[in-house]
Amino acid sequence: MNPVIEVRGLWTQFGDFVVHKDLNLTVMPGEVVSLVGGSGSGKTTLMRQILGLEQPARGTVKVFGIPLHESSAQLVQKIRKRWGVLFQEGALYSALSVFDNIALPLRELRAFDDEFIHDMVMLKLDMVDIERRHASKMPADLSGGMIKRIALARALVLEPELVFLDEPTAGLDPDRSESFVKLIQSLHATLNLTVVMVTHDLDTLVSLSDKIAVLAEQKLIVYGSLQEAIAVRHPFILNFFLGERGLRALSAVGLRLN
Amino acid sequence: MQQASAPAVLHPEVRQVRAADGAATVALTGAWDIRALESRARLLKPQLQQLAADPGRHWDLSSIQRLDHVGALLIWQAWGKRRPTRVALTQAHEVFFSGLDSAAAATAVAPFDPLHLVRALGAAVLLTAGHLRDIVQLLGQILIDSFALIRHPLHGPWREISAGLFRVGAQALGITALVGFLIGVVLSYLSAEQLKAFGANIFIINLLGMGIIRELGPVIAAVLVAGRSGSAITAQLGVMRVTEELDALSVMGIPHTVRLILPKIVALAIAMPLLILWTSGIALIGGALSADLQLGISVHSFFLGLPAAVPTVNLWLAMGKGVVFGALIALIACHFGLRVKPNTESLGIGTTNSVVTSITAVIIADALFAVIFSDVGISLT
Repeated sequence: MNPVIEVRGLWTQFGDFVVHKDLNLTVMPGEVVSLVGGSGSGKTTLMRQILGLEQPARGTVKVFGIPLHESSAQLVQKIRKRWGVLFQEGALYSALSVFDNIALPLRELRAFDDEFIHDMVMLKLDMVDIERRHASKMPADLSGGMIKRIALARALVLEPELVFLDEPTAGLDPDRSESFVKLIQSLHATLNLTVVMVTHDLDTLVSLSDKIAVLAEQKLIVYGSLQEAIAVRHPFILNFFLGERGLRALSAVGLRLN
Repeated sequence: MQQASAPAVLHPEVRQVRAADGAATVALTGAWDIRALESRARLLKPQLQQLAADPGRHWDLSSIQRLDHVGALLIWQAWGKRRPTRVALTQAHEVFFSGLDSAAAATAVAPFDPLHLVRALGAAVLLTAGHLRDIVQLLGQILIDSFALIRHPLHGPWREISAGLFRVGAQALGITALVGFLIGVVLSYLSAEQLKAFGANIFIINLLGMGIIRELGPVIAAVLVAGRSGSAITAQLGVMRVTEELDALSVMGIPHTVRLILPKIVALAIAMPLLILWTSGIALIGGALSADLQLGISVHSFFLGLPAAVPTVNLWLAMGKGVVFGALIALIACHFGLRVKPNTESLGIGTTNSVVTSITAVIIADALFAVIFSDVGISLT
């Protein structure tokens, strides 16, 4: 199988400030990969690099085997239809209703009639557990949790093979984040998605990820399973996973440290 | 069915076959996902609908290689939104149809409203009344705040006023000078042509002096400031509403009329008359230069003749207009800024309305000034 994402020798620089130094990352189909790291370690920047929103100083980013920065605009446009992105604040278009937000990517394809789009939007709303009566509301009238779910419905409407989640559970109450995690789990199981997410939430991290990529010192210091990650003696890992909160989350899944 | 590289060439195919027991069967094969259907959905849908018209047909979906919700929905819609009695489906693809079967609800279409026009008119009237009420409330609040300011002058928002003066006044000097100068030149050039025909060259001083100092200077400066600072004030307050900064001020017990709105109104009421003087002055210089070239009236004699042609009271009138225009622009801009709802579209509409309303208000106020002071400062020598 070919990797879905392949980052090779990536350097990101803002002026003199180096964010990523010779960073490598490979994501295989069907994997759920979490990016973790301290504030300012470049998690979101790495995600933006993979999405083609930033320009690397050096190195290549390939998604679906296609180099993002060297390919023609048409080819990159094709990739963009195959991935879905959930932004941290949802990034719903505030001038459009919930229905129009989700329908927008489908309408852009100009391949389907109105009845099809309508049913598809309703189906996606069902999928993310939003009642249909909310379809005509404006984003400003919704709670944070609903915005996240609707943004996820919008990210999923083109049946993507690859989904990016930026802090999917940040700002949700524990109950909501629990059900959000369950939702992503079930979507991953039914749709066989590849998921890349940035998260600070240990519970989300522990219950969702197949692999964990720890960003520190401008590169990935670990890339592997949870067990492999916590086996590394690095100050960030010690603080993050083996602090009080970390241990609680780990013990919840029955992981014990020696 | 992940395909990491470019998708394999698979097409959705519809074939009519006869099953082993002789039943007419529709066999769907190939890829029925969004990538394959993107270009073919419009062709396939009528074809499927035609086949689904015969309820006795069997459907064999078990050889479909790739399926997703888009494909499933397309097939399900062709079936008339319910599953036919005889469908063969693989276990893995069952999940795409399971959601659909429970989701056959139709949406309610909004019923026709015969009173639609009446309602729209009523809504427009109420909206206007709401604007008037809000603006009166805002004005009242500002008057109350002003009295408080007079009683405790040390607690006043002096830094904000000073910053506002710099932004709406000093930084507007360049654009008002440029526009004023060009207007002066153009006006002088056009008038000179007419006056030359009557040999009334010297009256260029009266014409430009009265026209610019009394009318054009104030209105041009006010229109420029409404477009420049009015829109900025509305956008700033609007964004503060969107980002909840206004609410943050409220919960800290800092009234935003005192910190945000009063300083803007005071700053514009002070800066506007000064900008008007500046604009009129530059416009007169432009006019004098042009008159020198066109009519041979030297710049020196132009400005020597000006006091006789234009009574000083006109300057005071222009300054008075400036105070009113400035306060009006700031008040309207703040009013629209505070009414912005937390979404981007409302911000755009609010800013547009603010500029259009304040320019209109300035022109109306100017007309009122013209009527009220019709016999002040106009000398016929």
